[in-house]
Amino acid sequence: MQSDTMPPPTLLENRDDARSLEEASSATWQDWRSAGRYNLVILGGGPAGILAAYAAAELGARVALIERNLLGGTCLNTGCIPSKSILRTSQLYADMRGAESFGAQVPKDIHVDFAAAMARMRRIRARLGRRNSAERLSALGIDVYFGAARFTGPNTVAVDGTRLRFRKALIATGSRPLIPTIPGLAEAGYLTHENVFDLTECPRRLLVIGGGPLGCELAQAFCRLGSQVTIVQREPMFLSQEERDAAQILSASLARDGVDIHLNTSAVNVRVEGKYKLVDLVSDDNHNTVTVDQILVGVGRTPNVQGIDLEAAGVEYDDIGGVRINDFLQTTNSRIFASGDVCLEHKFTHIEDASARLVVRNALFWGRARLSGLTIPWCTYTDPEIAHVGLYVTEAIRKGIPVKTFTVPMHDVDRAIADGEEEGFVKIHVKEGTDRILGATVVARHAGEMINDISLAIGSGIGLRVLARVVHPYPTQAIAIQMAAAAYNSTRVTPFRKWLLRRWLKCT
Amino acid sequence: MADGSTLTDEALLDELQHAAFRYFLQTGNSSNGLIADTSRTNAPVSIAVVGFALSCYPVAVERGWMPRADALQRTLTALRFFHNSDQSGHPEATGYKGFYYHFLDLHTGGRVWRSELSMVDTALLIAGALTASIYFSANTPDEIELRELADSLYRRIDWHWAQNNGSTIMQGWKPDCGFLHYGWEGYNEAIVLYVLALGSPTHPLKDDGYQSWTSTYQWENIYGCDLLYAGPLFVHQFSHAWIDFRGIQDRFMREKRCDYFENSRRAVHMQREYAQRNPHGFAGYDENCWGLSACDGPIDQSDPLQVRRRLFGYAARGAPYGPDDGTIAPSAALASIPFAADLALSAVRHYCEVYPDMSREFRLPSGFNPTLAGIGPAGWISQGYFGLDQGIIVLMIENYRSQLIWSLMRDCSYIKRGLRRAGFRGGWL
Repeated sequence: MQSDTMPPPTLLENRDDARSLEEASSATWQDWRSAGRYNLVILGGGPAGILAAYAAAELGARVALIERNLLGGTCLNTGCIPSKSILRTSQLYADMRGAESFGAQVPKDIHVDFAAAMARMRRIRARLGRRNSAERLSALGIDVYFGAARFTGPNTVAVDGTRLRFRKALIATGSRPLIPTIPGLAEAGYLTHENVFDLTECPRRLLVIGGGPLGCELAQAFCRLGSQVTIVQREPMFLSQEERDAAQILSASLARDGVDIHLNTSAVNVRVEGKYKLVDLVSDDNHNTVTVDQILVGVGRTPNVQGIDLEAAGVEYDDIGGVRINDFLQTTNSRIFASGDVCLEHKFTHIEDASARLVVRNALFWGRARLSGLTIPWCTYTDPEIAHVGLYVTEAIRKGIPVKTFTVPMHDVDRAIADGEEEGFVKIHVKEGTDRILGATVVARHAGEMINDISLAIGSGIGLRVLARVVHPYPTQAIAIQMAAAAYNSTRVTPFRKWLLRRWLKCT
Repeated sequence: MADGSTLTDEALLDELQHAAFRYFLQTGNSSNGLIADTSRTNAPVSIAVVGFALSCYPVAVERGWMPRADALQRTLTALRFFHNSDQSGHPEATGYKGFYYHFLDLHTGGRVWRSELSMVDTALLIAGALTASIYFSANTPDEIELRELADSLYRRIDWHWAQNNGSTIMQGWKPDCGFLHYGWEGYNEAIVLYVLALGSPTHPLKDDGYQSWTSTYQWENIYGCDLLYAGPLFVHQFSHAWIDFRGIQDRFMREKRCDYFENSRRAVHMQREYAQRNPHGFAGYDENCWGLSACDGPIDQSDPLQVRRRLFGYAARGAPYGPDDGTIAPSAALASIPFAADLALSAVRHYCEVYPDMSREFRLPSGFNPTLAGIGPAGWISQGYFGLDQGIIVLMIENYRSQLIWSLMRDCSYIKRGLRRAGFRGGWL
């Protein structure tokens, strides 16, 4: 892999959310140039940086926030928000096509209006972008600098020539797409999440390279929006970190939508013939070529550690793992902290938020909150969604913890049956012989919402015995969690206990 | 299916078992002892099916379906072929490092379909060879040669190489690309493979190999029942065709206070529960119509339910997470007979009664799908017969009736050594 040079972003040319852009960038924003000593200087105006800036400013700290491009970062501009907006539209089209299974008529002429879907996405992005405008940040006393930041010493940063001194600093520069080394790819051109949402036409044929969350979500979305999608994944299953059963359900779902799936497969060469891109694929000893109009790359992300002179600040890093931190999110310079994609293995917005909160506490108030103390769920927003929290079974076994899993298939959940959303399961892993929840995986259409019950239980130290007593409204899909807890309770009724109970009931 | 309703259970089982056995007489090549994967025209050899055949011949001798001398010659012919086969690993060879390509030409014995050097299928072949070597115990020149050949074939397998410097056994290898990197984790049919690999006196698996594999297991409570989960039924059957797991436990099963035999019984119940729930509303599924496993399927048919459901060809179907396209593997239900005789017999009698068109002369097809259109109530029916289905039927019925294969393999020192090295204790061991 290499962090290849990205094609020039077409973002500004195509987006119609101009107002948001102006608010989010330096276009209309005054440059501060007022040097001074800050309690906290934050490099990066993405979710982690903005959240840390708000939190620190609210507590009275003098805060500088430096962003070199757009406030809001990947999540708002080119990540979670645009992708979920598109996913929602694509899901609607899928539901229309499958209307008959819901006892409804399939609309006669389902015409995908790709432009309308993208316009909706941009409206949503613009609306959410207004929440974190430079004006709003400034009104809270946060000094916003637009420009390239570089460390100039252990407690100083320069922004386009202006030197800022700090007591503490936060590196939240995020990450960028990792581009695989495939001969011909750069010459042929490719999309990443940074420019795929700028498309004005749905590609007739799309090759997705990478079967992680981004690749799977967008493969399904574009397929449902009318593309002939081929997805290649080097690993033997999608979402290689997830449970096998979850990944297999996802494979089946993508295949049912019409995605052409190539697991154990690598794209090894790209060439252009006329308007088309021809991509050579290799799987074991099988070779074939697919012809597509566009290629979307989604093989992972690489931390933004270059160009900020971390060496000058004594901050150690590497190109793959990012900034080196301890469990308190402190870098090798004790004044400087890091949070989000630039230093964490799991690159999700909510993890950025959680780690940023932790940094504010640790950096400004001598806190000792640990990253390892956080309970962090995550979710892949395919249909069905795949959500996970805590340990996987293999992780628990590696730690020497015996595991038992309580599984409720969604086809046993009344509301899922009524909704026609029976695909998936709730699996809750407990330490064998106890009710202590180690982790859970939920595969369901709304798994991202359902996992919260279990995250709360793990974070609060609540076991399955208590969870079984939590009354859930009927009928909901989340009641599957209560059903799993009830299954645990039923295993506590041993034959001896049954005998005792029968004796007691006979006597009363 | 022929009318089995008037037959006793024993007579019905005899008919089913004998019909399954005849497959091996009808699809074999007597000149090299190889057996075709299916009864379809130009089908190649499956080395696993040969392993089943080698185990079925002693059954046939004991049941009076085949003279002992005939069984001996068929076995000798096959073992001589493998012993003398091209082990260079070339793309057209028969094997490499003591393993064999999954599919071979019925006449030449060379690799076909660019198939992989298959570790688990080689294990099933060798299990058959070892079964024969225990059964043919006389001190005649032929039987001595047979035992020497089987021993030689076993000893030359380089199980250690198949670990590819890792902890678990790789699933396959190809001459043009090396080891295959399929995810082969979680409980599957490979116990017999690991036991044979651990029992080898020449190229054994490293000690931690089995533990590494079992550390990928998941112990689950599904439908209120605790079990080591695997979706397709054949996973719960294939190793049990040769090894009697009743009462013996490895470390995993000791911790769970269970054994693999009991686990298979629970898997049968889980499948039946799933069929009763029938979440996709397929025709036929009920308490007596179950059996999701690896089988042939109706990939080219149209789906009358029109719910965007995919149909599969030959695929490992499973419960409760699927894949499930409404195709039942009748052999999977019947081969569950050692674990849950009542349920298996009820299922077979149900097939006889409701789907008389499903089979001919008591031989079960690989799959049928009553949801899809066909000429009779069974709907779509797989054409021809598959050797793996017929082999597992013969062996599991025999283990239910006389425990012959289990008894023979209890006397196999390699199996005992492998089980002990895998951490199995208790029971007959």
